[in-house]
Formats: sequence, C-alpha cells, structure tokens
Amino acid sequence: MDSNGLMQFAGAVASGAVRVVDLTFTLSPDFPVIVLPPEFGQAAPVRIQQISRYDASGPAWYWNNLTFGEHTGTHFDAPIHWFTGKDLPNNAVDTLPVRDMIAPACVIDCSAQAAQDADFLLTIPVIEAWEKNHGRIPERHWVLLRTDWSKKGWRDYANLKDDGAHTPGPDAAVMRWLVEERSVIGFGTETIGTDAGQAGHLDPPYPAHHFLHGGGRYGLQCLCNLDQLPPTGAVIFAAPLKIQNGSGSPLRVLALVPGQG
Amino acid sequence: MIEPIVKPRRKNPLKRTRLPTSPPRARSRASHGFTRAAAEGRFMLQRCGACGTFCYPARDACPTCLSADLVFADAPRRSKLLCETTLHVPADVYFRERAPWRVGLVAMECGPRLVAHLHADCEEGGPVVMSFQLDKSGQAVAFAHPERETPNMTDDRQWREMTADPKFRRVLVTNGRSIVGQETVTALKAAGASIVFVGVAEPWKPFQGEDTLRAMEGVEIVPLDIGDEKSVADLAADIGGKVDILVNTTEHVRAGGLLDRQGTSIVRDEIDQAYLGFVHLAQAFGPAMRMRGSDGVNSAAAWVNILSVYALANWPVFGAYSASQAACLSLSHSLRAELRPGGVKVVNVFTGPLDIEWFQTVPPPKVAPRAVAAAIVSALKRGLEDVFVGDVAEDIRQRLIANPKAVERELGA
Repeated sequence: MDSNGLMQFAGAVASGAVRVVDLTFTLSPDFPVIVLPPEFGQAAPVRIQQISRYDASGPAWYWNNLTFGEHTGTHFDAPIHWFTGKDLPNNAVDTLPVRDMIAPACVIDCSAQAAQDADFLLTIPVIEAWEKNHGRIPERHWVLLRTDWSKKGWRDYANLKDDGAHTPGPDAAVMRWLVEERSVIGFGTETIGTDAGQAGHLDPPYPAHHFLHGGGRYGLQCLCNLDQLPPTGAVIFAAPLKIQNGSGSPLRVLALVPGQG
Repeated sequence: MIEPIVKPRRKNPLKRTRLPTSPPRARSRASHGFTRAAAEGRFMLQRCGACGTFCYPARDACPTCLSADLVFADAPRRSKLLCETTLHVPADVYFRERAPWRVGLVAMECGPRLVAHLHADCEEGGPVVMSFQLDKSGQAVAFAHPERETPNMTDDRQWREMTADPKFRRVLVTNGRSIVGQETVTALKAAGASIVFVGVAEPWKPFQGEDTLRAMEGVEIVPLDIGDEKSVADLAADIGGKVDILVNTTEHVRAGGLLDRQGTSIVRDEIDQAYLGFVHLAQAFGPAMRMRGSDGVNSAAAWVNILSVYALANWPVFGAYSASQAACLSLSHSLRAELRPGGVKVVNVFTGPLDIEWFQTVPPPKVAPRAVAAAIVSALKRGLEDVFVGDVAEDIRQRLIANPKAVERELGA
C-alpha cells in the first residue's frame, strides 16, 4: 500500500466511512476476575489509588497508582501464558510480532445458543455451518465468539455455582481444528476466559489455552460490543502493554468496521 | 428506676453537632494498673506483698507497712455506698455538659475507700458492686453498680458514657461473607442495633448464608471491598456519618511462614486485606467517627478489630499471617490514640484459631464464630478494650506475662 492508501484509510476513519468500535470494558475494581481455588495464587484485582487530585498531595495535577494482574479486565493472552507455549520463541507480550496486533476477524454469532445454555460449547459443525454462509475462515484471522455474555450483570456474567463457573466457550476439537486447519491468529470471547466455565473438565483441560498457546496463537477475553461487528470484514487492533516477559495484559481492543456510506 | 432510652429521632439539620469533650485525662504511671484492669474488664487493686493490704489510689509504697512490694491483683468487688452527691454545675466542660452527675464515696469490703461514678440505681447506705471502666478519655475510673440487676439497667445515662452499647446504634460489619461476620450481624441485631450495614466484596461471587443475610430485617448489604481504597471511600461517602460502631470482620487466613512459600503474592494478599484494609477503613470512617463521639444516644462509640492472638507472639505455622496481624495490632494502638479525642473506643478482640475452614487441620480447642460474636457484643456492652476469646488466646496471654521468650520458643517448636 502506498502512502495514498494509508491517507485514504485515515480519512475514512475521520469521516466515519470506517467505524471504530470499542470492544473493551472499562478497567475497574468491580469487574469480575478469574476465580481459582483459593490455595492457588490469585490474580491481583484492579486497584486504583489516588496519588493526588489538585490537592495538598499535588495542587495542580491528578494521577493514580494502579495495580492489577496481567489477566484482568478486557485482556490479551500471550502464548507464554500456558505451559504448551512456554518454549516458543517470541511468546511474551513484549516480544510478539507487532504486525500480529492488527488482523481481521470472523465473528461467529452463538448468542441464541448461549441464551439457551450457559454451558454452550462451540463445535466444528457450528463453524462449518457458519462457513457455508460466510466462506472459509481465512488464515491469520481472529475468530471471535459472540455470545452476548457481555450484556449481563456481573453476577450472571461470572455465573459461579457450587460446581464452578457456567459460561460458554469452545470444545477441545474445535480449538485444535481452528489452530491446525484454519491457522487462526487467535480466539476471542466475551466471557472471563477464552475457555468455557467448565473447561477444566474437558480433554485436554482448558483446550482454548492448550491449543492456542501451544500453537503460538493469542487469546482475547472480556470483549464487548461484538454484536456491532459484521460476520466478516472487521479488523481488530489489539496491542497489549509491552510488559517485560508478560503473559498477557489488559488492553484497549478496537475493531475497524466498514461504515455506512 | 431507670426510664428506658428511646430510639433517637432524626437529627435536626439546623442544629450544630455537639463536639466531643473529654473528662480529665492525667494519670500517674502507677495508676495505669487500673487502666489495664478496666481495659480487660477486671477489678484490680494494688495489694501489698508483705502485709496483704489492698490500697487505693495507686501508690509507690504500702500505706500500712511501707513495703514497696505493691502488685496489682484481682480484688473483691463488693462494697457499700457510704454517701453520695450530685454535681449540678461542674467546672469541667465534659461534666458540665452532662450535669447533673452523681458520684459517691464507697467503702470496699477489702479495705480501701474510693470515690466512684454511680449507677442511678445505687442507693446511699446500700450494697454496691465495683468495676473499673474506661471513660471517654480512655482512662480508668471507678464505677459503682447496684448489687442486683435492675430494670433497664444498661440504659443508665452515666453507665452509657462508659460503654459502647449497640442498642439503638448503627453498625458497619465490614465482611458479611464470613461466618464470623454473619454471626456478628445476628448478635448485634439481638443486642438492639438499629441498623447493621454489612459489607460484601465482589458481590458477583455467591456465598454461604447469603439468603439468610439478605432476608434479615434491619440489615442492609452494602458493597465494600476493604482492599480497595475507592470502594471504602465510596461507602464512607454514603454512610460515614451514621456509622456509630465499626466491626472489622475481615478474614484472610493462610497457612505458612516464609521459606515454604514461593513469591510474595500470598503475603501481599494478607497485607492488602488485613493491614491496608484497616488503613482504608480508618482513613475513610475514622474522622467522622471521631467528630461524632458526643452525638447523642447514637453517638459514634467504638471500633472493633478481630485479631489473632498470634499478633502478640508469632506462630510460625501461620507465620506470615501472624505478622500481618501484628501489624494490625500496632496500627490499632495508633488508631486508639487518634480516636481518643472523640471518645471513641478501639476494641481488640484476640482469638485463637477459629473453627473455620482455614484452620481445618489445627486440632481443638478452636473458637466458634458465635463465641467471637458474643465476645464483641459483650465487650461493647461492658466498655472493654482488650478481650481474649477462648482457651488458646487466654493461654497465650498468660504465658506472655510469665515469659515471652518461652512463648516464642514453644510456638516455634
């Protein structure tokens, strides 16, 4: 692309011919985080501590200190997050190729199924049916699972029962297939993790993490506004913080969508 | 005969809130033997090791035999009220605001005579029972009670100055997720608290006992994550002006010391929850409580901490947890001094291992959560400052007095 093309693109963003959709939840202390059994180490929750707010601690300026785990809020998972990806090159957020941070997306709408069944699992036949309508998922595309889960209140969003979380996600076969047969760049969800709430009971456990990161691919979770994306044609901008040897990070995820006119 | 106090009406917003004043504060060092007794709810006098004489006030030598061997010892409480007087126009601001105020001269069966504040049902010439109480200055004063229970006894005006009775007071229990928290809510409601606000962190996580808690009358569940400065500040912005008693039921117990833990995240959680949570609560709620220490029947009255007795002596099996508790203990002493100008008590309730999941492998005796709740209410009603609940806590307390080094070695064995 020459610089004209790039300028044309910038113009399209400015004019609204390319619409920018924010797929990010506000990073706040009350947003649910992944819950592990208490004997494991826990993700530090998001904390925002005021340093000063035009007051005695800083008369003309407002700023905060932040603490949070790498996997809080709308966040990105790098391959190093899972044992299957631990030995891959460039597997952390500071070393992964920056060109991977901009890539197109296919959006699979399973909101109807998820509304019926909190434990809904995405399977290969569901995607094959999608491909009949929208064509084969091209290589190096994100696959985003739309469930409308992001529209729920926090309690229903986490949906914790005495046998764990009940939230939709992919089954093991489809994750392997997406990585090996469709060469996706990554997989994204609206739920707290890329895996289903009960994915610890799948084989292998947490197949999205297992296959994505083992294949050097990425995860995005706690996305919102997926209902504003077309099934194909959106471009995702997802640049995690450049944390030294980081396994992931909260980030701003933007989608570029063809607008009206 | 005492008229029962009535639930206070809503405040007249045109009236200025009465600011706290303090009764006289100065005491000799020896007199702090009474402070300790009052803090623990004991009645102690100096007793001569040579001749056995009980004496009062505190001295450096026995008034009978001049021996310097004077030791504070538990003393019998029975006494007789010799005479009484009522102060109508005291010179001291604190007492002037509370006049008329009754005091009397009491003859103790064990010997000494002393001047005491009087419960309204004490009769001249009649038998009375003595206690030492912490007044609004945090100093020990003698208080005479009727020998037997009388109607509405705890509603006595002068007695209520010495206590932090939950009756008609509004309480914040900071953590309703724990069994201790839930038992505390129940006990406070039974003790007559007009409303109990119950903090629940991460309300999206269900917890045991939630339905019961939500169904309780006069109980209001509020969002509160004490590890989060903003969450605490937000709640204080809403209800800070009507929290008369704050009970910090934070519970974050993890086993382990230093060497067998990897990294610092568990230690950090302990400090976030226990120590920083305490700091957040104190900074958000403390100033208003201190300012409202004389605000009528439902004035701000007390701040309660539940501390592990291992705050006093580290138990390496729960070594890092013990250290976080020690930090909270130290902080509580700062808070106590800072709240004193408001006449707000800081009550530390020390417990041994609780009968909860995090002490599952610890052999009995363990303290039932209900016993902790009962101890909190009892301490508030009696105006205590340091309370030891259960056999383990009492055992540690006594052993520390005898030989702290032995306690260190034995706990670390």
